[in-house]
Amino acid sequence: MANALSRAVTGVQEWFNDRAPSFGPFYRKHMTEYYAPKNFNIWYIFGVLSMVVLVNQIVTGIFLTMHFKPSAAEAFASVEYIMRDVEWGWLIRYMHSTGASAFFVVVYIHMFRGVMYGSYKKPRELVWVLGMLIYLVLMAEAFLGYVLPWGQMSFWGAKVIISLFGAIPYIGGALTEWIMGDYLPSDATLNRFFALHVIALPLVLLLLVVLHIFALHEVGSNNPDGVEIKKGPKGNRWSDKAPADGVPFHPYFTVKDTFYTGCFLMICAFILFFEPTLGGWFLEHDNFVEANRLVTPEHIKPVWYYTPFYAMLRVVPDKLLGVLVMFGAIVVLFFLPWLDRGKVKSWRYRGTGFRAAIFVLGVCFVWLGKIGAGPGTDPVETVVGRILTALYFGFFIFLFVYTHFGFEKTKPVPERVTGHD
Amino acid sequence: MTETIMQQTRHAIVNVLMALALVLAPAAAMAAGGGSLQASNASLSDTGSLQNGAKLFFNYCSGCHSLKLMRYSRIAEDLGLTEEQVMDNLNFTTAKFGEQVPPSMNPDDAKRWFGATPPDLTLMARAKGTDYIYTYLKTFYVDPTRPLGWNNTTFPNASMPNALWELQGIQTATFKAHESGDPVFDKFEVHQEGRLSPAEFDAAARDIANFLQYTAEPAGLKRKMVGVWVLAFLGLFTLLAWLLKQEYWKDVH
Repeated sequence: MANALSRAVTGVQEWFNDRAPSFGPFYRKHMTEYYAPKNFNIWYIFGVLSMVVLVNQIVTGIFLTMHFKPSAAEAFASVEYIMRDVEWGWLIRYMHSTGASAFFVVVYIHMFRGVMYGSYKKPRELVWVLGMLIYLVLMAEAFLGYVLPWGQMSFWGAKVIISLFGAIPYIGGALTEWIMGDYLPSDATLNRFFALHVIALPLVLLLLVVLHIFALHEVGSNNPDGVEIKKGPKGNRWSDKAPADGVPFHPYFTVKDTFYTGCFLMICAFILFFEPTLGGWFLEHDNFVEANRLVTPEHIKPVWYYTPFYAMLRVVPDKLLGVLVMFGAIVVLFFLPWLDRGKVKSWRYRGTGFRAAIFVLGVCFVWLGKIGAGPGTDPVETVVGRILTALYFGFFIFLFVYTHFGFEKTKPVPERVTGHD
Repeated sequence: MTETIMQQTRHAIVNVLMALALVLAPAAAMAAGGGSLQASNASLSDTGSLQNGAKLFFNYCSGCHSLKLMRYSRIAEDLGLTEEQVMDNLNFTTAKFGEQVPPSMNPDDAKRWFGATPPDLTLMARAKGTDYIYTYLKTFYVDPTRPLGWNNTTFPNASMPNALWELQGIQTATFKAHESGDPVFDKFEVHQEGRLSPAEFDAAARDIANFLQYTAEPAGLKRKMVGVWVLAFLGLFTLLAWLLKQEYWKDVH
């Protein structure tokens, strides 16, 4: 019996090997013979978690498109139809809406991890740049998706965000009309945003994710010590040519990631089933009112994941300058690998100045997010917002000066990784 | 026996989560001006309250307000009512059992009579919160300067008259002088007593708020129960995943 089974398995394998000899090596290169550093800590799970959320968004999104009506007249009611009349539709919709916010939570942590451990540094600059492109597309994707339920915040949020393009000299006005296909967000806008949200950007996103992972697997993963395991001693239990401090991604990290995915899903399920709007942070109260171009909501604000940048836009007195500052805050991240001239990767062995600076960067980002989510009427808060914006950009200037002119006093980096947990 | 333990566990989990939610949810986001809101203590697990809320809604509110996303049949199913009970006692329109609750009056007429079209209330509890609805229903007072003779401290200069006046009675508001020049609300005085005592009226307002909480999210009735099972499954899954991980990693040094 066992013999028959193993013969069948071998037979199938041979059948594939004859016809597609590159499949096996491809699988081994990326799974069973991809050697990842054994000292990954909890900060290293967020890449996998963002893949989990991506799959969730695609699968739930497909089911939502079966019932959603992408027209200004029907969109709002069709979302509520999903919430009420479609079997388990409420669950699918909450999985998609909670997933959207969860996506940004894990991506922000994933990016911050990159800064902490210098994962953007040589030879991983391309991995970082591709990741930043993913982040950029993700922001566009989330914005388009947020417009679709056609609530008050969808409409007015869209109006504010699209009007940012109006700040561009000469072509601004024509550009906003071209984007909306109208003078206001309307049926035409909603319909095209649907097309972009469900087809165009997901395709780009998937392509970029594949490139991000391929680029990573070419150079290998960084780790909390910032030690290049490929440059260390060779030979482990699985291969004498593989890095001694690496373990096969499959099954070692797949089982580890499965455990952490379980923990992550529990947190998501907590929110989804017990507080799906998260007090207005994941689903805003005003978005339960259908879009009305004649009634402006009291506070127009984007969803939490944009609010740090929205705060920067608001605290700068000039519109065009505000838009430049806001986009600049994202663009500057692309250049991080070249702004940071330090040779030591991990914050564990970097100078005190760097450790203090990334702490300040984190505080600035969160605090700006809080300001951006508020009504923006407090003049003291505006001043605080300006200081935080200056500090955010200050991080990048400081980092360049600190590392280029040799002010950084680093600690000795160990030869090998320092163990695992 | 097992059922009570399950229920207790469920309640404990729900309580912890509610506490967590309260900490996370900024109450300020719910409020929309007009003074502080009173806690409605609306609870979806109180079916009696939901049924009474439905009765009050259809008798006192549905004359002007629609629930255009809510079907009569779904209300019957979720609140444990029969088709007959719903069609005889709650449906005063020509709508069929499987249809959504329509507006009873022509929106153009409504606009002419009240100065504003009465809004659809299906999702009002999600837009404004149950505490807002509860407080709003309680804070009507007589104001001869308004077109219909009614005003409201929660939503000043609302177009809506006090639909519940015969239950609540009629109250007047007194205002104090304030440095800013505008007088501020001080307290209500009962001008004429209603059919219900103040405590009974509070319960009625809570039941209406509770019913609207239900219409805003019918899934809210079973969401938490499903959640407990999902979390139990994920807990077990995660435990097994952890054991598997330990098994694989025990010989990595």
